[in-house]
Amino acid sequence: MEAEVRRFLATNFFLGDDAGSLSGTASLVEAGIIDSTGILEVIGWLEDAYGIHVADSELLPENLESIDNIVRFVERKRAA
Amino acid sequence: MSGLTARVLDLDPAGTTERIVAELRTIVSKTLRRRGAVIGISGGIDSSVTCALCARAFGPERVLGVLAPESDSGVETMRLSLAAVDAFEVPHVVETITPILEAVRCYERRDEAVRELVPAFTSGWKLKVVLPDVVGNDQYRVLSLVVESPEGRQERHRLTAEQSLAIVAATNFKQRTRKMIEYYHADRLNYAVAGTPNRLEYDQGFFVKNGDGAADVKPIAHLYKSQVYLLAEYLGVPEEIRLRPPTTDTYSLPQSQEEFFFSLPYETLDLCLFAHNHGLPAEVVADAVQLSIVDVERVFRDIEQKRRTTRTLHLSSRLVEPVEEIDLSGD
Repeated sequence: MEAEVRRFLATNFFLGDDAGSLSGTASLVEAGIIDSTGILEVIGWLEDAYGIHVADSELLPENLESIDNIVRFVERKRAA
Repeated sequence: MSGLTARVLDLDPAGTTERIVAELRTIVSKTLRRRGAVIGISGGIDSSVTCALCARAFGPERVLGVLAPESDSGVETMRLSLAAVDAFEVPHVVETITPILEAVRCYERRDEAVRELVPAFTSGWKLKVVLPDVVGNDQYRVLSLVVESPEGRQERHRLTAEQSLAIVAATNFKQRTRKMIEYYHADRLNYAVAGTPNRLEYDQGFFVKNGDGAADVKPIAHLYKSQVYLLAEYLGVPEEIRLRPPTTDTYSLPQSQEEFFFSLPYETLDLCLFAHNHGLPAEVVADAVQLSIVDVERVFRDIEQKRRTTRTLHLSSRLVEPVEEIDLSGD
């Protein structure tokens, strides 16, 4: 799934080749890769691609701030 | 530094006015080579202070206030706008922009996006878009839609990225149409357009590019909002304008600037921004603004996030290669 997240970011946020070298723990917001609209795009994609529902209360850095956090969050949601 | 209070934003209103007026005269006559100023008047504190400063700089007869209401404007907007221009004896025109907005399908495009979430949304309904609180909450600050039915029932829905962009893009027609009208009058009169952002708005990017963000000169962009209020009192801005809570006056439901963009009252955000700009730690600010240290740190992060997100709004057109014959460095 990490590769899919990286591919989504590369395609939608003009990362190009940088997506592969991006650290899994880097803050996507602080790096200027995604903003508040980008967060909405990521949520929309996660909901469609993985059949999960992301509640407002889950729109938190611990779930969505980095590639690693996104992967862990989706795995947790799917296991629940 | 300890004991931070709102007094750090105190200013000498007479001296500040004198400096701004002198700069306005120089910028407009020497740099811009224009003979007066056009100002979009909203009935709010910023445009009223800008109007007063321009009237002092050029004389009221060389200032034109443009009042541009539309069908979502608040009931107080016109009365307060007239109070502002009357207070400084500034001539004005009323340009109701609803027909232009209808012609470009501003309302229709916006409502189409709203109906994706609320199919029942029709002309009797009202709406606004809001952000979550920054205080006590690490939640990402994504826009939600609030609608109210004709019976007064409110619903709140999180927007998708596409809906959020569509609603904001359609609504931005309002600010851009107003600016188009202001420049029409500026061109006709050989005046400059004076923009009205205060420091909070300018720093945090609370403006529409080529809309209210467009102007030839921005006389109060360096002043914190609290300082604009101090200047307003000195300049004689009518009390009813000084007492009006800051509003976006853009959506059909009443919408404060806090819930759409800033998330905090301006007095609090002013002090946090001042502290952040001066490298003061959160613990110095917390007592002054009656927030926890954790919340002040959240506010600091939000300030930086807004700067990152809105940086491109400040950029002029980028060129692929320089055109060296056009040298603006002396301006």
